[in-house]
Amino acid sequence: MELFIIFISAALVNNFVLAYFLGICPFVGVSNKLSSATSMGMATTFVMVITAIVSWLLYNLVLVPYNLAFLQIPSFILVIASLVQFVEMVIKKVSQPLYRALGIFLPLITTNCAILGLALFGSMREYNFLENVIFGLGAGAGFTLALVIMAGIREELDLADVPKPFQGAPITLIVAGILALAFMGFAGMI
Amino acid sequence: MKKQVTLSKEFFKGVWDNNPVLKQLLGLCPTLAVTVSAINGLAMGLAATFVLVMASLLISSIRKIIPAQVRIASFIVIIATFVTIVDLVMKAKFPDLSKALGPFIPLIVVNCVILGRQEAFASKNNPGRAFLDALGMGTGFTIALLVLGGIREIIGSRTFFGIQIMPDQFEPWLIMILPAGAFLTLGLILGAVNVYIDRKKRLEHESIIAHYKRVGREELIEELEVK
Repeated sequence: MELFIIFISAALVNNFVLAYFLGICPFVGVSNKLSSATSMGMATTFVMVITAIVSWLLYNLVLVPYNLAFLQIPSFILVIASLVQFVEMVIKKVSQPLYRALGIFLPLITTNCAILGLALFGSMREYNFLENVIFGLGAGAGFTLALVIMAGIREELDLADVPKPFQGAPITLIVAGILALAFMGFAGMI
Repeated sequence: MKKQVTLSKEFFKGVWDNNPVLKQLLGLCPTLAVTVSAINGLAMGLAATFVLVMASLLISSIRKIIPAQVRIASFIVIIATFVTIVDLVMKAKFPDLSKALGPFIPLIVVNCVILGRQEAFASKNNPGRAFLDALGMGTGFTIALLVLGGIREIIGSRTFFGIQIMPDQFEPWLIMILPAGAFLTLGLILGAVNVYIDRKKRLEHESIIAHYKRVGREELIEELEVK
Protein backbone atom coordinates (compact mmCIF):
# COMPACT_ATOMS: atom_id res chain seq x y z
CA MET A 1 0.00 0.00 0.00
CA GLU A 2 2.82 2.35 0.97
CA LEU A 3 4.47 1.60 -2.39
CA PHE A 4 1.27 2.27 -4.27
CA ILE A 5 0.94 5.68 -2.62
CA ILE A 6 4.52 6.54 -3.56
CA PHE A 7 3.82 5.58 -7.16
CA ILE A 8 0.58 7.58 -7.41
CA SER A 9 2.13 10.53 -5.64
CA ALA A 10 5.11 10.66 -7.99
CA ALA A 11 3.07 10.05 -11.13
CA LEU A 12 0.02 12.25 -10.58
CA VAL A 13 -0.11 14.39 -7.46
CA ASN A 14 3.48 15.62 -7.46
CA ASN A 15 4.00 15.20 -11.17
CA PHE A 16 7.65 15.97 -11.96
CA VAL A 17 6.86 18.27 -14.86
CA LEU A 18 3.69 20.00 -13.75
CA ALA A 19 4.31 20.35 -10.01
CA TYR A 20 8.11 20.31 -9.62
CA PHE A 21 9.03 21.83 -12.99
CA LEU A 22 11.68 19.22 -13.62
CA GLY A 23 12.40 18.35 -17.21
CA ILE A 24 10.80 21.42 -18.76
CA CYS A 25 13.32 21.55 -21.62
CA PRO A 26 12.25 18.24 -23.21
CA PHE A 27 8.67 19.02 -22.21
CA VAL A 28 8.70 22.16 -24.37
CA GLY A 29 11.16 20.85 -26.96
CA VAL A 30 9.92 17.34 -27.78
CA SER A 31 6.20 17.68 -27.18
CA ASN A 32 5.15 18.78 -30.66
CA LYS A 33 4.64 15.28 -32.06
CA LEU A 34 2.84 12.44 -30.33
CA SER A 35 5.20 9.73 -31.57
CA SER A 36 8.40 11.42 -30.43
CA ALA A 37 6.78 12.38 -27.13
CA THR A 38 5.99 8.72 -26.45
CA SER A 39 9.54 7.63 -27.30
CA MET A 40 11.05 10.38 -25.19
CA GLY A 41 8.79 9.47 -22.28
CA MET A 42 9.72 5.81 -22.49
CA ALA A 43 13.44 6.53 -22.75
CA THR A 44 13.23 8.84 -19.74
CA THR A 45 11.28 6.32 -17.66
CA PHE A 46 13.84 3.68 -18.51
CA VAL A 47 16.78 5.85 -17.45
CA MET A 48 14.88 7.01 -14.34
CA VAL A 49 14.38 3.49 -13.04
CA ILE A 50 18.04 2.62 -13.61
CA THR A 51 19.12 5.91 -12.01
CA ALA A 52 16.92 5.20 -9.00
CA ILE A 53 18.64 1.85 -8.54
CA VAL A 54 22.20 3.06 -9.08
CA SER A 55 21.92 6.33 -7.16
CA TRP A 56 20.42 4.54 -4.17
CA LEU A 57 23.25 2.01 -4.12
CA LEU A 58 25.85 4.75 -4.56
CA TYR A 59 24.40 6.96 -1.84
CA ASN A 60 23.68 4.34 0.79
CA LEU A 61 26.56 1.94 0.21
CA VAL A 62 29.37 4.33 -0.70
CA LEU A 63 28.71 7.96 0.16
CA VAL A 64 27.04 7.61 3.55
CA PRO A 65 29.30 4.91 5.09
CA TYR A 66 32.44 6.85 4.13
CA ASN A 67 31.07 10.25 5.20
CA LEU A 68 31.21 11.59 1.68
CA ALA A 69 27.65 12.87 1.44
CA PHE A 70 28.97 16.31 0.47
CA LEU A 71 30.19 14.81 -2.80
CA GLN A 72 26.62 13.89 -3.66
CA ILE A 73 26.14 16.40 -6.48
CA PRO A 74 29.31 15.72 -8.51
CA SER A 75 29.11 11.97 -7.99
CA PHE A 76 25.44 11.73 -9.00
CA ILE A 77 25.93 13.77 -12.14
CA LEU A 78 28.99 11.76 -13.19
CA VAL A 79 27.20 8.49 -12.57
CA ILE A 80 24.15 9.62 -14.52
CA ALA A 81 26.22 10.84 -17.45
CA SER A 82 28.20 7.61 -17.70
CA LEU A 83 25.09 5.54 -17.08
CA VAL A 84 23.22 7.11 -19.98
CA GLN A 85 26.21 6.53 -22.24
CA PHE A 86 26.39 2.92 -21.08
CA VAL A 87 22.65 2.30 -21.52
CA GLU A 88 22.90 3.71 -25.02
CA MET A 89 25.72 1.33 -25.93
CA VAL A 90 23.92 -1.68 -24.44
CA ILE A 91 20.67 -0.91 -26.26
CA LYS A 92 22.52 -0.40 -29.52
CA LYS A 93 24.11 -3.83 -29.15
CA VAL A 94 21.09 -5.73 -27.83
CA SER A 95 18.06 -4.34 -29.60
CA GLN A 96 18.26 -2.39 -32.84
CA PRO A 97 14.53 -1.55 -33.00
CA LEU A 98 14.58 -0.17 -29.46
CA TYR A 99 17.72 1.79 -30.28
CA ARG A 100 16.06 3.33 -33.31
CA ALA A 101 13.03 4.27 -31.22
CA LEU A 102 14.95 5.75 -28.28
CA GLY A 103 18.32 6.45 -29.90
CA ILE A 104 18.45 10.19 -30.42
CA PHE A 105 16.64 10.91 -27.17
CA LEU A 106 19.07 9.11 -24.89
CA PRO A 107 21.97 11.65 -24.98
CA LEU A 108 19.48 14.44 -24.34
CA ILE A 109 18.40 12.78 -21.12
CA THR A 110 21.78 13.39 -19.44
CA THR A 111 20.99 17.07 -19.11
CA ASN A 112 17.37 16.45 -18.13
CA CYS A 113 17.10 17.82 -14.63
CA ALA A 114 14.31 15.36 -13.85
CA ILE A 115 16.90 12.59 -13.64
CA LEU A 116 19.23 14.38 -11.23
CA GLY A 117 16.18 15.65 -9.35
CA LEU A 118 14.97 12.09 -8.93
CA ALA A 119 18.32 11.02 -7.46
CA LEU A 120 18.38 14.02 -5.12
CA PHE A 121 14.78 13.59 -3.98
CA GLY A 122 15.44 9.91 -3.33
CA SER A 123 18.35 10.61 -0.99
CA MET A 124 16.58 13.58 0.61
CA ARG A 125 13.46 11.60 1.50
CA GLU A 126 15.43 8.59 2.73
CA TYR A 127 13.46 6.00 0.82
CA ASN A 128 14.47 2.37 1.12
CA PHE A 129 15.62 0.52 -1.98
CA LEU A 130 12.25 -0.75 -3.18
CA GLU A 131 10.51 2.54 -2.47
CA ASN A 132 13.17 4.38 -4.43
CA VAL A 133 12.71 2.14 -7.48
CA ILE A 134 8.92 2.57 -7.33
CA PHE A 135 9.46 6.30 -6.96
CA GLY A 136 11.59 6.29 -10.12
CA LEU A 137 8.96 4.29 -11.98
CA GLY A 138 6.18 6.64 -10.86
CA ALA A 139 8.14 9.74 -11.76
CA GLY A 140 8.85 8.28 -15.20
CA ALA A 141 5.20 7.37 -15.72
CA GLY A 142 4.13 10.87 -14.69
CA PHE A 143 6.69 12.45 -17.03
CA THR A 144 5.49 10.29 -19.93
CA LEU A 145 1.87 11.09 -19.15
CA ALA A 146 2.45 14.85 -19.06
CA LEU A 147 4.52 14.73 -22.25
CA VAL A 148 1.97 12.66 -24.16
CA ILE A 149 -1.01 14.79 -23.08
CA MET A 150 0.93 17.91 -24.02
CA ALA A 151 1.85 16.48 -27.44
CA GLY A 152 -1.80 15.60 -28.07
CA ILE A 153 -2.88 19.14 -27.24
CA ARG A 154 -0.14 20.70 -29.33
CA GLU A 155 -1.06 18.65 -32.39
CA GLU A 156 -4.55 20.16 -32.13
CA LEU A 157 -3.06 23.57 -31.39
CA ASP A 158 -1.43 23.63 -34.83
CA LEU A 159 -4.90 24.11 -36.29
CA ALA A 160 -5.89 26.84 -33.85
CA ASP A 161 -5.60 30.53 -34.62
CA VAL A 162 -3.10 31.69 -32.01
CA PRO A 163 -2.16 35.40 -31.99
CA LYS A 164 1.25 35.76 -33.64
CA PRO A 165 3.31 36.94 -30.62
CA PHE A 166 2.03 33.98 -28.62
CA GLN A 167 2.88 31.29 -31.14
CA GLY A 168 5.45 28.72 -30.09
CA ALA A 169 6.82 28.81 -26.57
CA PRO A 170 4.38 31.30 -24.93
CA ILE A 171 1.24 29.36 -25.84
CA THR A 172 2.93 26.09 -24.88
CA LEU A 173 3.64 27.47 -21.42
CA ILE A 174 0.09 28.75 -21.03
CA VAL A 175 -1.31 25.35 -22.05
CA ALA A 176 1.07 23.74 -19.54
CA GLY A 177 -0.31 26.10 -16.91
CA ILE A 178 -3.86 24.97 -17.59
CA LEU A 179 -2.67 21.37 -17.54
CA ALA A 180 -0.97 21.95 -14.18
CA LEU A 181 -4.25 23.35 -12.91
CA ALA A 182 -6.04 20.20 -14.06
CA PHE A 183 -3.45 17.97 -12.38
CA MET A 184 -4.09 19.78 -9.10
CA GLY A 185 -7.37 17.92 -9.07
CA PHE A 186 -5.38 14.79 -8.15
CA ALA A 187 -4.22 16.43 -4.93
CA GLY A 188 -7.26 15.08 -3.08
CA MET A 189 -6.27 11.49 -3.85
CA ILE A 190 -3.74 11.04 -1.05
CA MET B 1 41.00 36.90 -36.09
CA LYS B 2 37.51 38.33 -36.29
CA LYS B 3 36.83 41.77 -34.99
CA GLN B 4 36.28 41.80 -31.23
CA VAL B 5 33.09 43.30 -29.91
CA THR B 6 33.40 45.97 -27.26
CA LEU B 7 33.56 44.91 -23.65
CA SER B 8 30.34 46.59 -22.61
CA LYS B 9 28.51 44.83 -25.42
CA GLU B 10 29.88 41.55 -24.11
CA PHE B 11 28.14 42.31 -20.83
CA PHE B 12 24.86 43.74 -22.07
CA LYS B 13 24.11 41.08 -24.68
CA GLY B 14 23.25 38.70 -21.85
CA VAL B 15 21.01 41.21 -20.13
CA TRP B 16 18.63 41.74 -23.03
CA ASP B 17 19.59 40.67 -26.57
CA ASN B 18 20.37 37.11 -25.58
CA ASN B 19 18.60 37.01 -22.24
CA PRO B 20 18.84 33.34 -21.25
CA VAL B 21 15.27 33.05 -20.03
CA LEU B 22 13.30 35.49 -22.15
CA LYS B 23 15.09 35.01 -25.48
CA GLN B 24 16.89 31.69 -25.42
CA LEU B 25 14.39 29.83 -23.22
CA LEU B 26 17.21 28.17 -21.30
CA GLY B 27 17.17 27.25 -17.64
CA LEU B 28 13.41 27.20 -17.40
CA CYS B 29 13.23 24.58 -14.64
CA PRO B 30 14.58 26.74 -11.79
CA THR B 31 12.96 29.81 -13.33
CA LEU B 32 9.51 28.36 -12.95
CA ALA B 33 10.05 26.39 -9.78
CA VAL B 34 11.49 28.84 -7.31
CA THR B 35 9.82 32.10 -8.29
CA VAL B 36 6.97 32.00 -5.78
CA SER B 37 8.43 35.17 -4.27
CA ALA B 38 10.86 37.87 -5.32
CA ILE B 39 13.39 36.94 -2.65
CA ASN B 40 13.50 33.31 -3.83
CA GLY B 41 13.96 34.46 -7.41
CA LEU B 42 16.75 36.81 -6.41
CA ALA B 43 18.52 34.15 -4.32
CA MET B 44 18.31 31.61 -7.11
CA GLY B 45 19.51 34.18 -9.64
CA LEU B 46 22.48 35.17 -7.50
CA ALA B 47 23.42 31.57 -6.76
CA ALA B 48 23.34 30.70 -10.46
CA THR B 49 25.28 33.86 -11.33
CA PHE B 50 27.99 32.99 -8.83
CA VAL B 51 28.37 29.50 -10.25
CA LEU B 52 28.31 30.82 -13.81
CA VAL B 53 30.95 33.51 -13.17
CA MET B 54 33.30 31.27 -11.21
CA ALA B 55 33.00 28.37 -13.64
CA SER B 56 33.51 30.68 -16.64
CA LEU B 57 36.61 32.24 -15.05
CA LEU B 58 38.16 28.90 -14.21
CA ILE B 59 37.29 27.21 -17.48
CA SER B 60 38.50 30.07 -19.65
CA SER B 61 41.77 30.19 -17.69
CA ILE B 62 42.48 26.51 -18.24
CA ARG B 63 40.76 26.21 -21.61
CA LYS B 64 44.02 25.33 -23.37
CA ILE B 65 44.78 22.38 -21.11
CA ILE B 66 41.35 20.72 -21.28
CA PRO B 67 41.38 18.03 -24.00
CA ALA B 68 38.52 18.58 -26.44
CA GLN B 69 37.19 15.02 -26.11
CA VAL B 70 36.48 15.23 -22.40
CA ARG B 71 35.57 18.91 -22.22
CA ILE B 72 31.87 18.43 -21.41
CA ALA B 73 32.69 16.06 -18.56
CA SER B 74 35.32 18.48 -17.25
CA PHE B 75 32.87 21.40 -17.42
CA ILE B 76 30.28 19.42 -15.49
CA VAL B 77 32.74 18.51 -12.74
CA ILE B 78 33.91 22.13 -12.41
CA ILE B 79 30.31 23.39 -12.31
CA ALA B 80 29.33 20.71 -9.81
CA THR B 81 32.19 21.79 -7.53
CA PHE B 82 31.00 25.39 -7.41
CA VAL B 83 27.39 24.29 -6.97
CA THR B 84 28.44 22.19 -3.98
CA ILE B 85 30.13 25.27 -2.50
CA VAL B 86 26.98 27.36 -2.96
CA ASP B 87 24.78 24.59 -1.59
CA LEU B 88 26.85 24.10 1.57
CA VAL B 89 27.28 27.85 2.20
CA MET B 90 23.56 28.43 1.84
CA LYS B 91 22.75 25.54 4.15
CA ALA B 92 25.06 27.05 6.78
CA LYS B 93 24.25 30.75 6.41
CA PHE B 94 20.66 30.91 5.12
CA PRO B 95 18.95 27.72 6.28
CA ASP B 96 15.43 29.07 5.62
CA LEU B 97 16.22 30.12 2.08
CA SER B 98 18.04 26.86 1.45
CA LYS B 99 14.98 24.93 2.59
CA ALA B 100 12.67 27.04 0.42
CA LEU B 101 14.78 26.42 -2.68
CA GLY B 102 15.09 22.72 -1.85
CA PRO B 103 16.75 20.57 -4.51
CA PHE B 104 16.88 23.44 -6.97
CA ILE B 105 20.25 24.67 -5.74
CA PRO B 106 21.92 21.30 -6.48
CA LEU B 107 20.02 21.28 -9.75
CA ILE B 108 21.97 24.34 -10.93
CA VAL B 109 24.47 21.72 -12.13
CA VAL B 110 22.20 20.72 -14.99
CA ASN B 111 21.06 24.27 -15.73
CA CYS B 112 21.62 24.53 -19.46
CA VAL B 113 22.44 28.27 -19.24
CA ILE B 114 25.64 27.51 -17.37
CA LEU B 115 26.87 24.57 -19.43
CA GLY B 116 25.78 26.41 -22.57
CA ARG B 117 27.93 29.46 -21.78
CA GLN B 118 30.97 27.29 -21.04
CA GLU B 119 30.64 25.46 -24.32
CA ALA B 120 29.70 28.49 -26.41
CA PHE B 121 31.86 31.17 -24.84
CA ALA B 122 34.20 30.51 -21.92
CA SER B 123 36.04 27.68 -23.64
CA LYS B 124 36.88 29.95 -26.58
CA ASN B 125 37.66 33.31 -24.97
CA ASN B 126 40.07 34.85 -22.50
CA PRO B 127 39.13 35.07 -18.79
CA GLY B 128 38.28 38.80 -18.92
CA ARG B 129 35.72 38.41 -21.66
CA ALA B 130 34.38 35.19 -20.18
CA PHE B 131 33.92 36.99 -16.88
CA LEU B 132 31.91 39.82 -18.49
CA ASP B 133 29.87 37.40 -20.56
CA ALA B 134 29.06 35.28 -17.51
CA LEU B 135 28.22 38.35 -15.45
CA GLY B 136 25.89 39.64 -18.17
CA MET B 137 24.15 36.30 -18.62
CA GLY B 138 23.85 35.94 -14.85
CA THR B 139 22.39 39.43 -14.55
CA GLY B 140 19.89 38.71 -17.31
CA PHE B 141 18.92 35.46 -15.62
CA THR B 142 18.56 37.16 -12.22
CA ILE B 143 16.46 40.00 -13.65
CA ALA B 144 14.11 37.55 -15.37
CA LEU B 145 13.71 35.57 -12.15
CA LEU B 146 13.20 38.70 -10.11
CA VAL B 147 10.51 40.02 -12.47
CA LEU B 148 8.70 36.68 -12.55
CA GLY B 149 9.00 36.24 -8.78
CA GLY B 150 7.93 39.83 -8.16
CA ILE B 151 4.81 39.57 -10.31
CA ARG B 152 3.82 36.27 -8.73
CA GLU B 153 4.43 37.53 -5.21
CA ILE B 154 2.56 40.81 -5.67
CA ILE B 155 -0.53 39.21 -7.17
CA GLY B 156 -0.34 35.91 -5.31
CA SER B 157 0.39 37.08 -1.80
CA ARG B 158 0.03 40.89 -1.91
CA THR B 159 3.65 41.43 -0.87
CA PHE B 160 6.97 42.37 -2.47
CA PHE B 161 10.09 41.14 -0.64
CA GLY B 162 7.80 40.36 2.29
CA ILE B 163 6.41 43.91 2.57
CA GLN B 164 2.71 44.25 1.90
CA ILE B 165 2.12 46.62 -1.00
CA MET B 166 -1.35 45.69 -2.21
CA PRO B 167 -4.33 46.95 -0.16
CA ASP B 168 -6.25 44.54 2.04
CA GLN B 169 -9.26 44.75 -0.26
CA PHE B 170 -7.25 43.02 -2.95
CA GLU B 171 -8.02 39.33 -2.82
CA PRO B 172 -4.74 37.43 -3.45
CA TRP B 173 -4.86 35.15 -6.47
CA LEU B 174 -3.90 31.80 -5.02
CA ILE B 175 -3.20 30.42 -8.47
CA MET B 176 -0.20 32.71 -8.90
CA ILE B 177 1.82 30.99 -6.19
CA LEU B 178 0.78 27.52 -7.37
CA PRO B 179 2.70 25.74 -10.15
CA ALA B 180 0.05 26.68 -12.71
CA GLY B 181 0.66 30.37 -12.05
CA ALA B 182 4.34 30.00 -12.94
CA PHE B 183 3.54 28.59 -16.37
CA LEU B 184 0.83 31.15 -17.07
CA THR B 185 2.91 34.15 -15.95
CA LEU B 186 6.00 33.14 -17.92
CA GLY B 187 3.84 32.42 -20.98
CA LEU B 188 2.30 35.88 -20.79
CA ILE B 189 5.69 37.55 -20.20
CA LEU B 190 7.17 35.79 -23.24
CA GLY B 191 4.15 36.87 -25.27
CA ALA B 192 4.59 40.47 -24.12
CA VAL B 193 8.30 40.38 -25.02
CA ASN B 194 7.37 39.14 -28.50
CA VAL B 195 4.81 41.92 -28.93
CA TYR B 196 7.47 44.46 -27.96
CA ILE B 197 10.07 43.01 -30.36
CA ASP B 198 7.58 42.85 -33.25
CA ARG B 199 6.62 46.46 -32.68
CA LYS B 200 10.25 47.57 -32.55
CA LYS B 201 11.04 45.68 -35.77
CA ARG B 202 8.06 47.21 -37.54
CA LEU B 203 9.04 50.73 -36.47
CA GLU B 204 12.61 50.14 -37.66
CA HIS B 205 11.31 48.82 -40.95
CA GLU B 206 9.07 51.85 -41.40
CA SER B 207 11.87 54.26 -40.60
CA ILE B 208 14.11 52.60 -43.21
CA ILE B 209 11.35 52.95 -45.82
CA ALA B 210 10.85 56.58 -44.87
CA HIS B 211 14.58 57.15 -45.23
CA TYR B 212 14.64 55.59 -48.71
CA LYS B 213 11.69 57.73 -49.74
CA ARG B 214 13.46 60.83 -48.51
CA VAL B 215 16.59 60.11 -50.52
CA GLY B 216 14.48 59.06 -53.50
CA ARG B 217 15.59 55.44 -53.86
CA GLU B 218 12.16 53.76 -54.30
CA GLU B 219 13.72 50.69 -55.91
CA LEU B 220 15.41 49.80 -52.61
CA ILE B 221 12.01 49.67 -50.89
CA GLU B 222 10.88 46.93 -53.24
CA GLU B 223 14.04 44.99 -52.47
CA LEU B 224 13.24 45.33 -48.76
CA GLU B 225 9.66 44.13 -49.26
CA VAL B 226 10.91 41.04 -51.08
CA LYS B 227 13.11 40.23 -48.13
